[in-house]
Amino acid sequence: MGTAILGAICGMLGSFAVLRKQSLLGDAISHAALPGIAIAFLITGVKDSNLLLLGALISGLIGTFWIRGITQKTHLKSDTALGLTLSLFFGFGMLLLTFIQKQPNASQAGLDTYLFGQAATLLEKDVWLIAIVAGIALLIVFVFWKEFKILLFDPEYTKTLGFNTRFIDILITTFIVITIVLGLQTVGVILMSAMLLAPAAAARQWTNSLGIMVLLAAIFGAFSGVVGTGISTIEGNLSTGPVIVLVAASIVLFSFIFSPNRGLLFREIRFRKNRNNIKMQKTLAFMYGIAKTHENISHPHAIKILNGFQGFSKKSLQELVDLNYVKISGQQWSMTQEGFNTAANLYDQQITNLHE
Amino acid sequence: METKYAITVDDLTVAYNYKPVLWDIDLAIPEGVLMCIVGPNGAGKSTLIKSILGIIKPIAGTVSIFGKPYEKQRSLVAYVPQKGSVDWDFPTTALDVVMMGTYGSLGWIKRPRQKQKKAALEALEKVGMLPFKNRQISQLSGGQQQRIFLARALVQNASIYFMDEPFQGVDATTEKAIINILKELRKAGKTVVVVHHDLQTVPEYFDWVTFLNVKKIATGPVKDIFNDDNLTKTYGINYKVSVQE
Repeated sequence: MGTAILGAICGMLGSFAVLRKQSLLGDAISHAALPGIAIAFLITGVKDSNLLLLGALISGLIGTFWIRGITQKTHLKSDTALGLTLSLFFGFGMLLLTFIQKQPNASQAGLDTYLFGQAATLLEKDVWLIAIVAGIALLIVFVFWKEFKILLFDPEYTKTLGFNTRFIDILITTFIVITIVLGLQTVGVILMSAMLLAPAAAARQWTNSLGIMVLLAAIFGAFSGVVGTGISTIEGNLSTGPVIVLVAASIVLFSFIFSPNRGLLFREIRFRKNRNNIKMQKTLAFMYGIAKTHENISHPHAIKILNGFQGFSKKSLQELVDLNYVKISGQQWSMTQEGFNTAANLYDQQITNLHE
Repeated sequence: METKYAITVDDLTVAYNYKPVLWDIDLAIPEGVLMCIVGPNGAGKSTLIKSILGIIKPIAGTVSIFGKPYEKQRSLVAYVPQKGSVDWDFPTTALDVVMMGTYGSLGWIKRPRQKQKKAALEALEKVGMLPFKNRQISQLSGGQQQRIFLARALVQNASIYFMDEPFQGVDATTEKAIINILKELRKAGKTVVVVHHDLQTVPEYFDWVTFLNVKKIATGPVKDIFNDDNLTKTYGINYKVSVQE
């Protein structure tokens, strides 16, 4: 249940991250959260998930501001800033984690589940927290839909219309950070960003409408959450994060191949079909050129003379016969009236097509 | 009679990092002109427009629109950004993009309704893009995308239009269509400011010109100041244009 809501909310907000080309921001934030978890544990000495997540939230936010600061104040590009912050925070977090594990305190066990996530550690109150945050995020997205959309598409133009773009920006980023932090317990620090990006990337393949994309991403996210958690519980103590991410990745793979408009499979089919069509038309045009020289257009000619022409193949000849443009008897072909007319119009048609 | 200025810029200075991009720009653009800004690459043409529109924060200087600060006059100003400034693979339709032009007058939270849709359809009609209204924007040609941007600005029904290189990468037909719309805007008393690259067409398209190269070189009516002297000062090489009668 918790992972379903989490998956849905990740998919929804992940769509925004993908469209803003901030895909890696999620990765940086989740890695940056690790030292927060460790420090929160060191200070309090207890493994209360709310306190740990609060620590994660704080260090995640600090990481985000660092990235912004680095990109604004130095010449470094944002990918460099992301990479730097990510590895620095994660390295520091791992250091603290190993330090904690060397301590004789027994309650430290299980802190490393935050690396890859463990849905079984979710308590009922954690699920409630996720549900409440998801509800608020949903409401915000609904209320500020128009503002989100225009900011994602054209931020500078949005500014000239008098919208406070910084406010909208902070609103989106804050919710992305909160969602990431909530997801740490189930999916883990390392794979959290995939949870944001995979459903969104898959959804983009199926639609050209932002609304449907966000909705689809939410559904894909929820599905991955449920199935992933299911598999990891049935198979015993598998880490939940990797399983969920693998499920989400399969959806992405499926979408890349099979989606009707952008998918590889249909694109290839369309491509082949177009090529065959053009080949056939070229063959017809070539025949037209020969047939035109005779008074009787149905005068038979040897198939052999077509061989020298590029684009001619047995297949395209057969297609022309199927369309009743050409007749074949033995080694000879002749053009039908229909084929002749079609060929005569072909050139004109192509010109008009270009101008449409 | 005192001329009414649509846009006045005083002492505008903009710098990225250390290098000044615009230096002490003073401009007064009269209402109802069709003006182009010309200058070499890196002269700060786009930056000038963007700082007038508040997208870039200047180091110094003020901008006023019809005598009042720009912030209070936003609804009178429309902007057509460079086509390349957005990702055209964004999941949305042509009509949807044009509808964005109505968002400013709608304000926060309120959704566009029938009235806004009607205005957007009219704008699409004006730029000849009505048949493409439900087309996904990545499936439009460069010229069509430019027309969509223009339609989005037209929907705003502003008094002043800023356009950043609207003729870049469009074919001759689209260029003609766009310039006709600009001339119609001028006829309706609107002020239009265009960042322009093709010096040959300046006398034919525009009646006002500003030469810019970090500093303002000259500004005024095309017939008075569009000459070899100013072009040479702006572009730094000996420039010859033949202005046809």
